[in-house]
Amino acid sequence: MTTSPDASAEPQAGPPVITVRGLHLYYRDFHALKNVSCDFAGRAITALIGPSGCGKSTLLRVFNRMNDLIEGVRLTGQVLIDGQDIYAKGVNLTQLRKKVGMVFQRPNPFPLSIFDNVVYGPRLHGRPRKAELEEIATRSLAAVGLWEEVKDRLGTPALSLTEEQQQRLCVARLLAVEPEILLMDEPCSALDPISTLAIEDLVSELKERFTVVIVTHNMQQAARVSDQTAFFNLKAQGEPGRLVEIDTTERIFSNPKEKATEDYISGRFG
Amino acid sequence: MTSKGIERLLLVLALSSVGSLALITFFIFWEGLPLILGTGPGDFLFSTHWAPTKGRFGIGAMIVSSVVVTLGALVLGVPLGLACAIVLAEFAPKRLKQVLKPTLELLAGIPSVVYGFLGVLWLVPLIREHLGGPGLSLLAAAVILGIMILPTIISISIDSLSAVPDLYRDGSLALGATRWQTVQRVVLPAARSGIITAIILGMGRAVGETMAVIMVAGNALKLPTSLLDPVRTLTSNIALELGYASGRHREALFATGVVLFVIIMILNLTAAAVTRRR
Repeated sequence: MTTSPDASAEPQAGPPVITVRGLHLYYRDFHALKNVSCDFAGRAITALIGPSGCGKSTLLRVFNRMNDLIEGVRLTGQVLIDGQDIYAKGVNLTQLRKKVGMVFQRPNPFPLSIFDNVVYGPRLHGRPRKAELEEIATRSLAAVGLWEEVKDRLGTPALSLTEEQQQRLCVARLLAVEPEILLMDEPCSALDPISTLAIEDLVSELKERFTVVIVTHNMQQAARVSDQTAFFNLKAQGEPGRLVEIDTTERIFSNPKEKATEDYISGRFG
Repeated sequence: MTSKGIERLLLVLALSSVGSLALITFFIFWEGLPLILGTGPGDFLFSTHWAPTKGRFGIGAMIVSSVVVTLGALVLGVPLGLACAIVLAEFAPKRLKQVLKPTLELLAGIPSVVYGFLGVLWLVPLIREHLGGPGLSLLAAAVILGIMILPTIISISIDSLSAVPDLYRDGSLALGATRWQTVQRVVLPAARSGIITAIILGMGRAVGETMAVIMVAGNALKLPTSLLDPVRTLTSNIALELGYASGRHREALFATGVVLFVIIMILNLTAAAVTRRR
């Protein structure tokens, strides 16, 4: 992980880490995202909110190029991460996905032991010694608050953990490859309210060290955890999703510029 | 007919198929067991002296031949079948998969006598000319069986690979893994029990196959010492001799059937147990 010198001096939002300019995205003939341009600040949490089908998860998957796996996806425009065009020719997908990690809607630990899950990434990207792996596992599990709970049973199957623990494990698995940006696609949608709060606390802590982009259906969650909120909307079903506005979370929730944002926030639709 | 009546009728039909299995089992054991006990199970299983007209009933050489032919078939069929399954399930474009999977399953529909015929015409001369020996051999049988078990191994393996949730693949790729790393480290371990089942069922097919083996194996009654030796398997022995056997000889063939039956039961039960454990 690279620590930029201004990290300690300026703990709030840093300079933009992700820059999107004129992005259009298509699934075959379907125009899914229309002309999206925005900046996501570093070391801050940006929440993407909006009704189903507005393209917020799709946008998230643009940043680690997971959309490449879907047949027929095409996009135009520019996406820069740390000033580098991630859709340029010759971009190394492995390096990109190491740097830009993702947590999924449903916890998806591999059907391996807890230990093997955490050190999965480091093993992919090199041949670390056993002692190094143990250190990485300890550090990553401690960072997500799971170490005390599982330190005596690292060899047991990860699928024997509770859903909340599994989701924490997935975050730990991500931290083990030392990413800089964390993409979270409704990370609490499979969890009960208490576990949701626990994961939210974890997300808030992670902001100290990472740039976080989180997709959520839950507006209270966006209000609770994020520094910046982007509201996406679509005119009607089948129409492309577009970015309505992006601003500090405080302003979006108290005094949005657009009427559509206000209507959505106050629960009039969506 | 009332729905109650239909239910009863279906139950009777279902029971009758289970019943026929029970009858076959009973019949084979009834005919074969006395001879095994009379000869002594140790002598019957481990002696290699098979001379039914002189009252010598040792099937040791045939058990060894069956086992070696089956292992040979697995050595060929498992890597090939698994590789095919991985390519089709994980790497091939959808359209290629749609063409290739049914084609491979067609392999299962070819009668075994055709495999045997191809073996005699093409494989046996090839072995005789390039490797020596009579050509009709353990090796020829293993190669033919290796091909014959491919559809079993491929289609069950594809099913178990396809049953692995995409969530695992996405998780691995999102961590920067390549497709091959994902298959090797997540998908294959997750599909392990299904793949083991595929191998065991392929093994059962290899042990039980008769016609193709008779045609290419050479059927000599001795313990093989080389891959190029002609061999006689348990199934070949029954098929070859049942036509003229009578009395104790006939019982001895049923006893051979008992041994086969037990081997295949063990394989199937193991496959079922592995599948259930997942």
